[in-house]
Amino acid sequence: MAHQQADAAAITRVFREESGRVIAGLVRRFGDIDLAEEAVQEAFIAATQHWPTAGLPPNPGGWITTTARNRIIDRLRREALRDDRSRESAVLFQSDEPADTGAVSDDRLRLIFTCCHPALAVPSRVALTLRLLGGLETREIAAAFLVSEATMAQRIVRAKAKIKAANIPYKVPSDSELPDRVRGVLAVIYLIFNEGHRASTGGELIREDLCAEAIRLARVLVGLMPDEPEAVGLLALLVLTRSRSRARTATDGTMVALGEQDRSLWDAALIAEGHALVRACLRRNQPGPYQLQAAINAVHADAGSAEVTDWRQIVQLYDLLLALSPSPVVALNRAAAVAETDGADVALALIEALDLDAYQPYHAVRADLLRRLGRTVDAAAAYRRAADLSNNPVERDFLDRRLAALSPDSSRSNGPQ
Amino acid sequence: MTQYLLSVHMIEGQDAYPDEATMHAAYAATDAFNTELQNAGLFVFAGGLHPATTATVVDGTKDETLITDGPFAESKERLGGFWVIEAADLDAALAWAAKGSKACGAPVEVRPFQGE
Repeated sequence: MAHQQADAAAITRVFREESGRVIAGLVRRFGDIDLAEEAVQEAFIAATQHWPTAGLPPNPGGWITTTARNRIIDRLRREALRDDRSRESAVLFQSDEPADTGAVSDDRLRLIFTCCHPALAVPSRVALTLRLLGGLETREIAAAFLVSEATMAQRIVRAKAKIKAANIPYKVPSDSELPDRVRGVLAVIYLIFNEGHRASTGGELIREDLCAEAIRLARVLVGLMPDEPEAVGLLALLVLTRSRSRARTATDGTMVALGEQDRSLWDAALIAEGHALVRACLRRNQPGPYQLQAAINAVHADAGSAEVTDWRQIVQLYDLLLALSPSPVVALNRAAAVAETDGADVALALIEALDLDAYQPYHAVRADLLRRLGRTVDAAAAYRRAADLSNNPVERDFLDRRLAALSPDSSRSNGPQ
Repeated sequence: MTQYLLSVHMIEGQDAYPDEATMHAAYAATDAFNTELQNAGLFVFAGGLHPATTATVVDGTKDETLITDGPFAESKERLGGFWVIEAADLDAALAWAAKGSKACGAPVEVRPFQGE
């Protein structure tokens, strides 16, 4: 077999791709996350020494697993000889690991449930998932969430210490717990995507790395749980949302609302994938919140222009979503769609009673409705409130421009963002 | 197996139970829970505590032993009682804690003991 080029970038890519699988397998065999991580790190160093001259091995994942596993066994053997610590030497004599088939996919699933365990704080779940399953460096995760590397390292160390001390299990939860726990895992992936898609901090609107990572994790999850309709729904929602990301930011870095986006910039391949996933969900007919949100996004993606959007269908989907997961945020989004079918006055009446005063999009939607009703003064106040609540400079700039564009006769629709 | 402390947290000065009937029902439910733990072979120890006003702090770290009235930390929260149980993993411990919390009518904190 011809040797493939193995430069530093290629090695990093391979490790990022494989490390979740490898770490999960090592955790199963040796029962220790730190041990597994250190061994993969050592294997990475070994790869940077061997691969550039020897080329990429035919099965890089297998190479990393074997190298890391041998490092662990060497280390445990050395420690056993030095300390004669029977407990650790016992690990060596455990039955050999099952063949690397079948059980392997379950390993990663187990690791996902460990990383997203409800006994861990949400920021820790996010960090551990990106670190252990995403194969991201602590430095990269810290940069993505704009905290110092030391802070992020401490968060991860604490979480791993809790997993060990409290004996957080490394297993797929029992059937009775499974639905709740799957929801927890999906929420972590959604959170990672959202942090990327609507970066709450930093000067850019979209953090590509986080969006891409969340989609990769969602794909892994769908591969591991193909019969979980909400996992498929989440993946569909993420790829459909992602399909618009190029159109969402203008060349000057400013934000473009959905109704004003250049739809030729939408990613046709992602839309096709999203549509196929949504259709698969519909066939299964076990609707859930992520599937319905994906379906709403699929309707948007279907429309060649904002004007031909099938708002009635979108309102119907929001009705289902509201019945399934009633929340003021869903009610707000439904009202924004109702504005297109029944008019801004009807929509405004629907949102006035919502308890969302601290929620930035509430004021943005309200401002837009007021503007369309010609209530310029009220609209201006609402835009100002929305801008005050936004912690993203690009979004704030968008709201400021909306505010500046207000004129007494403005009535054209801007649609949701 | 890991040993866990399941501690029952109450708010000082706030009656845990609205009336006597509720209190007796909680006591009975807690007894039943203890029996269930014992039958499962996971019970290590359990007990309810008198109010924090009955506590005394002893500091033997100095030359002279210091004895002071009251709980160690002034706080609205107090430890009402606890269980020490064995469980296969945290999920199992959390499931027992949920049952215990329901039985005694207060939130329960789960904390692992250090290994031998």
